[in-house]
Parts: sequence; C-alpha cells; structure tokens
Amino acid sequence: MSIGDVFLWLLGGLLPLACIAFFFTRNRMQHREVAGLGVFSRPGYYGWLSVIYMAAPAVAVAMLFSMLHMLHLYDAPFSMLTAASLAAAALGLVASLRLINPDNNARLLVEKWARGLMIVAAGISVLTTIGILLSVLFESIRFFNSVPLWEFITGTKWEADTAFLAGAGRGDEGGAKPHFGAVPIFAGTFMITGIAMLVAIPVGLFSAIYLSEYAKPRVRAAVKPMLEVLAGIPTVVYGFFAAITISPLVVKGAEMFGLEADYTNALAPGLVMGVMIIPFISSLSEDVIHAVPQAMRDGSLAMGVGKAETIRHVVLPAAMPGIIAATLLAVSRAIGETMIVVMAAGLRPNLTANPLEGVTTVTVKIVESLTGDQQFDSLLTLSAFALGLVLLFITLVLNIISALVVYRFKKQYALT
Amino acid sequence: MKTTFVIDPKRLKRRYRAEKRFHAYGIIAVALATAFIAFFFYDVLSKGIPAFKTVEVQVVADYSQAVADGNYRLAVPKDMRHMASRGWMRTIPMQLVDHPELIGTQETLWVPAEFRVNQYIKGNEGHGLKGKYQTIADELYKQDIIRIAFNWGFFTRGDSKLPEIAGVGASLVGSLVVMFITMILAVPIGVVTAVYLEEFAADNWVTRTIEININNLAAIPSILFGLLGLAIFINFFGVPRSSALAGGMTLALMTLPIIIISTRAALRSVPNSIREGAFGVGASGLQVVWHHVLPLALPGILTGSIIGLAQALGETAPLLIVGMMAFIPEAPTSIFQASTVLPAQIYTWSSDSIRAFGELTAAGVIVLLSIMLLLNGLAIWLRHRTSQVW
Repeated sequence: MSIGDVFLWLLGGLLPLACIAFFFTRNRMQHREVAGLGVFSRPGYYGWLSVIYMAAPAVAVAMLFSMLHMLHLYDAPFSMLTAASLAAAALGLVASLRLINPDNNARLLVEKWARGLMIVAAGISVLTTIGILLSVLFESIRFFNSVPLWEFITGTKWEADTAFLAGAGRGDEGGAKPHFGAVPIFAGTFMITGIAMLVAIPVGLFSAIYLSEYAKPRVRAAVKPMLEVLAGIPTVVYGFFAAITISPLVVKGAEMFGLEADYTNALAPGLVMGVMIIPFISSLSEDVIHAVPQAMRDGSLAMGVGKAETIRHVVLPAAMPGIIAATLLAVSRAIGETMIVVMAAGLRPNLTANPLEGVTTVTVKIVESLTGDQQFDSLLTLSAFALGLVLLFITLVLNIISALVVYRFKKQYALT
Repeated sequence: MKTTFVIDPKRLKRRYRAEKRFHAYGIIAVALATAFIAFFFYDVLSKGIPAFKTVEVQVVADYSQAVADGNYRLAVPKDMRHMASRGWMRTIPMQLVDHPELIGTQETLWVPAEFRVNQYIKGNEGHGLKGKYQTIADELYKQDIIRIAFNWGFFTRGDSKLPEIAGVGASLVGSLVVMFITMILAVPIGVVTAVYLEEFAADNWVTRTIEININNLAAIPSILFGLLGLAIFINFFGVPRSSALAGGMTLALMTLPIIIISTRAALRSVPNSIREGAFGVGASGLQVVWHHVLPLALPGILTGSIIGLAQALGETAPLLIVGMMAFIPEAPTSIFQASTVLPAQIYTWSSDSIRAFGELTAAGVIVLLSIMLLLNGLAIWLRHRTSQVW
C-alpha cells in the first residue's frame, strides 16, 4: 500500500461518511422543525456539527500515527493507519448520532470549531516563515561547523570543486582543501543588481511621473497595463531572452568599441533584470506620487512655479519615502531573482569591476550546488543553504526597512 | 516706495526649456519600456514560430520479423535511414509487440525527419548535415517525399534527447498536475486565512505578527521556498524528490501570500453596511461571512487567485531545487512520480547545445506565454465583468 493509496482510501472513506453524517443529522432536525418541535439552532448547523464529530477523531488518529512515524517511535503499516482512521471516523459518526440533540447550541459549537480551523489556516503562513528560517539555519550551522564564518564572509576564493570529491566519498584524493570565500559571489550579485537598478530606477521613476502627472487618462489606461505585462512574463522567459538575444548583442556592441566581452557577461542579465523590475518601481512610485495631496501642487503652481519645478521640488520630496521604499523592494527582488542569472550569467566566481566579464551570483550558486547528484550532507550542498541564509537575511532587512519607511510616509499624510 | 518686478528673459527661457526636458524624460521612459516590449515579443515570436513547423519524410515501413526482433533499422529502406528520425524507428519493435498482426506487412506513412535534415530543409545555419545527404534531401524535397508540416507532435510528445521528436506534452501534463495541487492547497487556506484576518481576528499583537509575516513572505525570493521544499518536504517528510506533490506544495506556500493579500483587498471592498444589515437581523459571524460577504467578494477573490496561480505556473527556480528539471520524458501518472513542468522543460532545453533545441525552447516559451496571457486575460475579463461600484 503506497501513500497514494492511503490518500485514496481515506478520501473515499471519509467523504461518504461526511455526507451521511451531514444529511442524516440535518434531515432529522429538519423533520423536528417542520413538526413544530423545538430546535435550538438551524438544522444545517447540526449537520455540520455531526461532520465535525465524525472527522475530528479520524484526523486525530491519522496525525498521531504520522507523529509516531516522524519521531521514529513506531512505524505503523499504511493499511493499519487507514483502517484505524476510518474506524475512528465510524465511531465518531455513531457517537454524533447519539450525542447531538435539539437542545445543543449547535451554531455556537460549529462557529467555535470554524474559528479554530481559521486560526490553524492562518498559522500555516507563520509556519512557512519558521520553516524557511529553520531549514536554512540548521544546514547553515552544519556548514559553519566545518567552514569558519569569517572565511565565508571575507574570503575571496571560492573553490568548491574539491568539496565535490568529498561529497562523492573520495575526499582524500583531491588533496587541496576546498575554499568557501563568498566575497566574489556577493560582488557579482551586487554588480548585476546595480546594473538592473541603473535601468529600472530612471525608467520606472520617470514612467511613474509621466503617468501620474502628465499623461491623459486614455494614454494612462493604455500604458499602465502594458507595463504590468512586464511583471507577468515568467522569469525563465526573461532568462532565455537574456542568454539568446541580449548577450550576443552585448558581445557585438563591445567589439564595436574594441572591447572583449564574455558571453556570460554581467551586463546582459543586469539589463534584462532591470527591465523586469521597471513595473515594481513604476507602480509603487505612482501610488505614492498619487497620494501626495493635490493642495501641495496647487500651492506651488499658484506661486508661479512651473509644472516640472513643482514635481521636482514639491511632489518628489514629499513622495521620496515611498519611492525609496519601492526601490528597496526592487533591490530585494533583484538580489533574489534566479532564472535570469542562472541562464545568462556565469558559473565561475569572479571578483571584478568589469561588467563585460562573467560573474556569478548567490542564486546561481544555490541552484548549481543543489541540482547536481550530490549527497545531501556534502559541504557543497550545505554551502547552498549558507548562501540561502545570507539571501534571506538581506531580503528581510530590505523588506523591513521599506515597510517602516512606508509606514512613516502613510502616517505623515494620514493615509490608511 | 516702488518695487519693480524684473523678469529676466534668459532665465525664463531656461526654465521653460527645463520644463520641456522634464516632460520629454517621462515620454522617453515610457517609450523605452514600450520599445523593449515590442522588441521582446518580436524576437521571441520570430525565434519560436519556425519550431511549430516540422519536416516529415514519407517512408515505406517494412514490418519484417527481423524488425520485430529488435533490429529496427531494417524497417526503413537503406537510403532513407539517414532521413527518418531514429527516435521514431526505435518505437517500431515495441509497436509490433503490441500489434503482432502487423508483422509481415508494409505501411506508407509520414514520419519526423532526422533533426539535421529538419534544420537543413528549414534553411537554418549550422544544421550539420553532410554534403552527400544534403543533395539527397534536396532531391526528396523536390519529389515531395520530404514535406514541411505543422508540428502537432510538439504538443503531444514528451521530452527526448532527439529534438525532432521532443515535445511539451509531458511537461504540460506535469504543469497541470502541479497547478492542481497548488490550487487545492493554496486557494482554500489562503481564503480562510484572509477571512479570519479581515473579519474575525481581534486587533492584537498575534494578528499583527501574522500580518507582518504574510507581507514579508510575499517579498521573500522564490528560490528560498525551494530550499524549504527540499529541507522540509523532501528530506524531513520524505515526499519523493522531483514529484508533482513536492513541487505543488512548494508552489502552494509561495502562492499563499499573494492569494491572502488579494482576498483581503476583495473583502475590504465589501461595504460595512452589508455586514451590519446581516448582523442586525441576527446572523452569526460565520453566517454574515458565508451568506453575504464572501459571495460579494468572490469575483475579487477569483481574480487574485488566478493571478497567483499564473505566477506559480511561470515559476521555475523553486522547482529546480526540488528536482523537477531532470530528464523526464514521460507524463506523470501519479502525484508521487517524477514529473517536469513547462518552465523547467524550457530551462532544460535552453541549456542543450544542439541548435534544434534552441528552436524548441523558443516554441516552448511561446506556449508558456500564451497560457499566461490567457490566464491573465481571464482575470482581467472577470474583474471587468463583475466590477461593482458601491
């Protein structure tokens, strides 16, 4: 019996049982209601209560077995799990038929259970965050047990090839010790992010200014969705475009100036990533520019100040916190972007300031070290989690700063 | 006392010029973005459309006993062996096992051409076809034994090492299965969470923590969700690597914040008077939400869910981490089986060096973009149709 069969049996068993519980109990109460005998709540609530009484023991039993399995205390065969769970459901159903009577405040009970379920659902998102944090944290700690943190942060040499040998169980043959100095990787990440921001900030910001201050409603209605198309294109498509079309263009362009460019240069993924990020900056900036009170513009225009001067000296300074927040969010998006750099940037860590050379990024290294045939415990795999931890840390800090800035901006103009 | 207001005409001119310049910057920015979109779609379409055409060869397949025993090359006349796809030839013995009555018969049919012939006939550079076969191919093309046809097989076949018989069929099925899992997990949990936060939760530190957490989750790079899927789902819970279940659950967690945020917005747009009216006639909290607020917010919730799912459909990075990029030629038959998805298939092809795969990649990109366009169009149509001003 495979896990799939368990699901099938549980679903196939519990669904009919739930239907029986619901309709049987509801109809019983409906008959009472029609007959003029008192029923405390609406009949449907009794039906739901019956379903809860039936399902709760079944779910509890299934959870218990899974828990035992996970803690390696007892490994129940799947067939036993299924049978026990279905038996609990049947018992619960019988109990519900006997226990539920028209004097119960079924509505209150059902609402309490529903509230509990909602809280569980809301907890899943918190659990996700904790899960991400723990998964990168634990593996990172194991990584930093063998590689000192200081070497990771300040080392300029990333040579993980010998860790690959160790991962394959041939650690003694390689001879040389692997190096895990992440500085070149971070430098590459920041360079590509920087190029992206050089494209995205001017284009995004001026688009936002144009759309909110100058454009006629018809132009705005046409251009705004078009910019949003840029955000909807899958990143793997951008990656393909950067690698196949933009990279060769950059190489050709560099040749015209007598320069030599790698096919995995940093410029191509940077430019394409910048285009991808334009809508983030433009739509967030437009919102904050729009939120600047009209009275401030009117006051400035009434003094004889030109429109552009008003925007430059009145509107933009007022909207600046929001624009900064948008930029920070865009930076965090660029740092975490994966497919474009995986497909168009290089694999070799390279500490350089020349955007025509190939550089690699944090996300490229994570993908590279997790998609090979590696043992899960190998140092190379663990290094991916350490890089993930850094990525998580950077994006969290950027997000929190930008949230604080937005919060203060909203408070300033009493927006909700 | 008399004051004079002096206007410096030079300075005024300068100011007017600056005004014009600033206006122009805005127009240039929008024009740049538009030009990029135009170039992008032109480039992708011009690269991908040729791949929807394939080259086929007419062969007389001879189903002799020797072919059924496994010597598949004998099924095709000698001069055609370098024209027809080897991938097709290999399937013949298996076909004969299933249909033994065919042994000893002959059949005339159109089959995919070998990929070098394919590229040569289409006139692409770097086709790699040897000179003597070029003349044969030209001759056959003139005699209409080689033809160019629409590549239906691209939509039905799975991945292959031979580009002429590789297709997106298996990955489309994989995408469908993964999307289904993502949908049944993310939409109910997301909507319920949003309902709780918007309609039931008290304004205390727990609620605020959950809210901050959800906003944060929406901004976390998608690749970190892949790390979560690998460490928790695969290594801890033992979900099979590369399976649709692992991918679907990972994407569900990633889509969750998007659905929660858009559902909350939809719930917030339902005016309070509706809730108060329902409470006024004695409805309970759950009844107010279930009977009145949710039906009114439904279009907004659907729009947000479709947009969230579309984003999940185009997502690749977390799926690479949970192993959905391996060479997987077959469509999955269960959610525990290794499967691939359309974006991962595009990525796999794009890293192949054979030129014909480049064409397939672009064709896959067009298919993916069409699906995204369709989904987003559906969302926009839904919003437009049901938009209600209170």
